[in-house]
Amino acid sequence: MSFLKKSPWILHYDGSSCNGCDIEVLACLTPLYDIERFGIINTGNPKHADVFLITGSVNEQNIPIIKRLYEQMPDPKVVVAVGICATSGGIFQECYNVKGGIDKVIPVDVYVPGCAARPEAIIDGVVQGLGVLEKKYAALKNKPSKTAA
Amino acid sequence: MMDTKNLLEQLLWGGGYLLLAPLAGGLLAGFDRILTARMQSRKGPPVLQPFYDVFKLLEKRGTVVNGFQNFYMICFLIFVMLTGVLFFSGGDLLLTIFALTVAGVFLVLGAYSTNSPYSTIGAERELLQMMAYEPMLLIVAIGMYLVTCSFQVRDIITFSAPIVYSLPAVFIGFIFILTIKFRKSPFDLSSSHHGHQEIVKGISTEFSGPTLALFEIAHWYENILLLGFVYLFFAAFGPVVAVVSSIVAYIIEIFIDNAYARLTWRFTVRASWTVAATFGVVNILVIALLK
Ligand code: SF4
Repeated sequence: MSFLKKSPWILHYDGSSCNGCDIEVLACLTPLYDIERFGIINTGNPKHADVFLITGSVNEQNIPIIKRLYEQMPDPKVVVAVGICATSGGIFQECYNVKGGIDKVIPVDVYVPGCAARPEAIIDGVVQGLGVLEKKYAALKNKPSKTAA
Repeated sequence: MMDTKNLLEQLLWGGGYLLLAPLAGGLLAGFDRILTARMQSRKGPPVLQPFYDVFKLLEKRGTVVNGFQNFYMICFLIFVMLTGVLFFSGGDLLLTIFALTVAGVFLVLGAYSTNSPYSTIGAERELLQMMAYEPMLLIVAIGMYLVTCSFQVRDIITFSAPIVYSLPAVFIGFIFILTIKFRKSPFDLSSSHHGHQEIVKGISTEFSGPTLALFEIAHWYENILLLGFVYLFFAAFGPVVAVVSSIVAYIIEIFIDNAYARLTWRFTVRASWTVAATFGVVNILVIALLK
């Protein structure tokens, strides 16, 4: 049992979403859903984050940004793709500038479908992500540390 | 005989601070988060949340931008602890304030060493904040000296009359700069309270994993030390009243935190110097003249 489950900090990035999913993500912070109950904090800093929450699809211009944000997050980390756009490209799939879902660029651990994904579904997705986080932590512990802190 | 007893007492207080301050500081932070949530009509995290956060950070792999970064952070923590031990073992108030400043300088150096623009802005703002609160801190020490004729905390704490009666304006000025020291709105300039704001996390942007845990723990130590200063003002009423006063002071700070948006550094420096020059200096002049 690790403490990762009790304090997941989220980095929210908007790929090329229509903003619908972003509003739902932010709705999770409001008094109605209040994700801080579970110790979840929406941090804007990749270096403090444990969960990478992406809405919207990947387009040609944000590929390097998504990659860099992912690399800047310290291990262990999970990626949660929120909304059907982030999952597969959604209705923007055929656009000339859209590459597709997030998994075209970085490994995705949890997919949360929906257009827009409801706050309940997003919270559920994050909670499932915590299970993955736990497993990754266990795997990491068995591996010797390369970058001594 | 008297000396060894004194020494033992000092060691006990100093050691007690080292062991208990992080516990008390963490609980205080948890209480802070719940109260803040309630003020925003949310439920808020469990009271032990700050401990969960720190233990989690210790479990993460840290990314180190510059080897010096961790060295400076460890120095920061050690100096904050040293400051607290000085204070709680009844040492010199002036020395405490100077040691706290040295700790702050290590934090700034740590942030500068990362070369990140956000950290650099945070470090610069931290220096400005130090410039803003330092005069008032010194006035607190001078005021206490004028009242009790001693800079030693053990003499101040056993002084017969409540110091807040002689230094009411100094106390108000101290509460004002306490907002800066607690890193609370409207003066959370150097490390914005929420990560998704204009300077990300400012001074702590580049600290991740265990390094950030050190930063948090140092902050807990610092908060308890600062509440110790509030305690001094009320010490003559007895420990219960004094502790309650310190907690009330903290609740007032939480309220201020939730009621104001962040201000600019110009306003911060100007306002805190104005407060120091009016509330602090006038109070001290009155005390000195009445003597
Ligand atoms: S899934 Fe729907 S709501 Fe979400 S970003 Fe795509 S189009 Fe917008």
